[in-house]
Amino acid sequence: MALLSFERKYRVRGGTLLGGDLFDFWVGPFYVGFFGVISAISALLGTLLIIYAASLGPTWNPWLISIAPPDISYGLGLAPLREGGFWQIITICAIAAFSSWALREVEICRKLGMGYHVPFAYGFAIFAYVSLVVIRPVLLGAWGFGFPYGIFSHLDWVSNTGYQYLHFHYNPAHMLAVSFFFVTGGALAFHGALVLSAVNPPAGEAVKSPEYEDAFFRDTIGYSVGTLGIHRLGLFLALSAGFWSAICIIISGPFWTRGWPEWWTWWLNLPIWS
Amino acid sequence: MRYQNMFTQVQLRGPLEKGPPLPPGSFARGDLAIYNYWAGKLGAAQIGPIYLGKLGIASLVCAFLAFEIIGLNMWASVNWDPIQFARQLPWLALEPPGPQWGFTLAVPLAEGGWWQMAGFFMTAALLLWLVRTFRRASALGLGNHVPWAFAAGISLILTLGFIRPMLMGSWSEAVPFGIFPHLDWTAAFSIRYGNLFYNPFHCLSIVFLYGSTLLFAMHGATILAVGRYGGEREIEQITDRGTASERAALFWRWTMGFNATMESIHRWAWWFAVLCPLTGAIGILLTGTVVDNWYLWAVEHGYAPGYPSTGVIDPATLPGAPQ
Repeated sequence: MALLSFERKYRVRGGTLLGGDLFDFWVGPFYVGFFGVISAISALLGTLLIIYAASLGPTWNPWLISIAPPDISYGLGLAPLREGGFWQIITICAIAAFSSWALREVEICRKLGMGYHVPFAYGFAIFAYVSLVVIRPVLLGAWGFGFPYGIFSHLDWVSNTGYQYLHFHYNPAHMLAVSFFFVTGGALAFHGALVLSAVNPPAGEAVKSPEYEDAFFRDTIGYSVGTLGIHRLGLFLALSAGFWSAICIIISGPFWTRGWPEWWTWWLNLPIWS
Repeated sequence: MRYQNMFTQVQLRGPLEKGPPLPPGSFARGDLAIYNYWAGKLGAAQIGPIYLGKLGIASLVCAFLAFEIIGLNMWASVNWDPIQFARQLPWLALEPPGPQWGFTLAVPLAEGGWWQMAGFFMTAALLLWLVRTFRRASALGLGNHVPWAFAAGISLILTLGFIRPMLMGSWSEAVPFGIFPHLDWTAAFSIRYGNLFYNPFHCLSIVFLYGSTLLFAMHGATILAVGRYGGEREIEQITDRGTASERAALFWRWTMGFNATMESIHRWAWWFAVLCPLTGAIGILLTGTVVDNWYLWAVEHGYAPGYPSTGVIDPATLPGAPQ
């Protein structure tokens, strides 16, 4: 059994949302639960479909394998398997796997007496994915607006979709998202570094207390958000990055069809300038 | 919502924290510290005091000079019209020297010299601030993890604005100052060098950027979720593991079969965040110097699909093309 020294006393019954005691057990380190079963089945089915669809494609080069969504002409209907149908079923499998994974996290939180922050945060990632492959395609009226499942083919999709709006960096929601990504990276570097610097001081120095962490940031920039605050701030920054990423692609097409640089003319035409 | 630990419920007020004593020879910290109720809702309520040593003052002076040079050049570019300055500000730029200047060290001011001077003062400000973080860490007997992380970020800035232009032998390769102009530079750079998405180091940099965001969401959420067990007291949990650490670890072990420890999660965090600008800088450094077209390079190395020739001749390959 892959049990940590302190783990046994935490492995208790209960906390499940569905299925009662039926799936309330562990396999190796993994907790199963009803949603674990659903998640495993849909993840396995989706993966096998990707492999099968790849076997029908022109290449086994892992960088180049691509499973494309249906042509725009299929609209929001079902497509034959080899013409985007695989993509549609794989998308359903992915959404089922991600959602049940989130609910399984809720069950684990309940078992461990923890808050629901992790599944809540994971919900933002699911929302960003669903925005790309469901919300925006539905608003635009065709599954063909989803992105293809492939390593470099999805990057081509990002390029092509971006240039359809001439210059995507001018999308205000994209600006917010990128800024949040960068600030999150900086904040994570500083948080990780601060904790490491307190527990790994120079030779001969004692391990430092949080008072020293606060003093370092107050001395350097005049404010320390504190041990609890940095985790609230980090979670907020990271979720904002994901949220605005989703918004920036939802508005591109359904709510703005021209080049993004043109969007900014409202600023140049404000009445305050005349 | 009360138990989800979103906001601080009770704020304590007492004498403001002065911080541990500094070694002899240091400046005094000053008494500029206050409580702010709204800062206290999210994190620490105390704002200040700040340590303003010689390096800090020198850095702020340099940052101010760079900021003024950029702002005044932009203002001059609209004929010193204050209304047009505000109106066009997001579009205004301070551009680096043109390609005719190569990598000349002192270009006339109006031809890009101001850009060089702004870049010099910005670099000086960043480096002075970096030395300051080393000094502040050692004054408190802390490790140098924060300064080195900051140095990783600075290395990307210097690569974009100095090292790569030097290797290319032209200041014109550098990034302009300005809000929209630096975005235009980014897009043009990607197109000029055959789509940066095919640059493997760009791929790595993005992986570490998204990975950092994912890690901070996971870590921040985990610590808040075990806040009721005192999980935010990370140093205590590292040196003397408590139930907060154990639950946080088991959550991930049961979810994905693997867990970090209270200390190692911060090592994961540090490396992900630091490798983002470092791999990015390598990708920038290779672009134009070693690889001229990332898409063609990817076709050659088997990770981009080739397309049949269109019969159109690329004018850049003709004998009359500028070299």
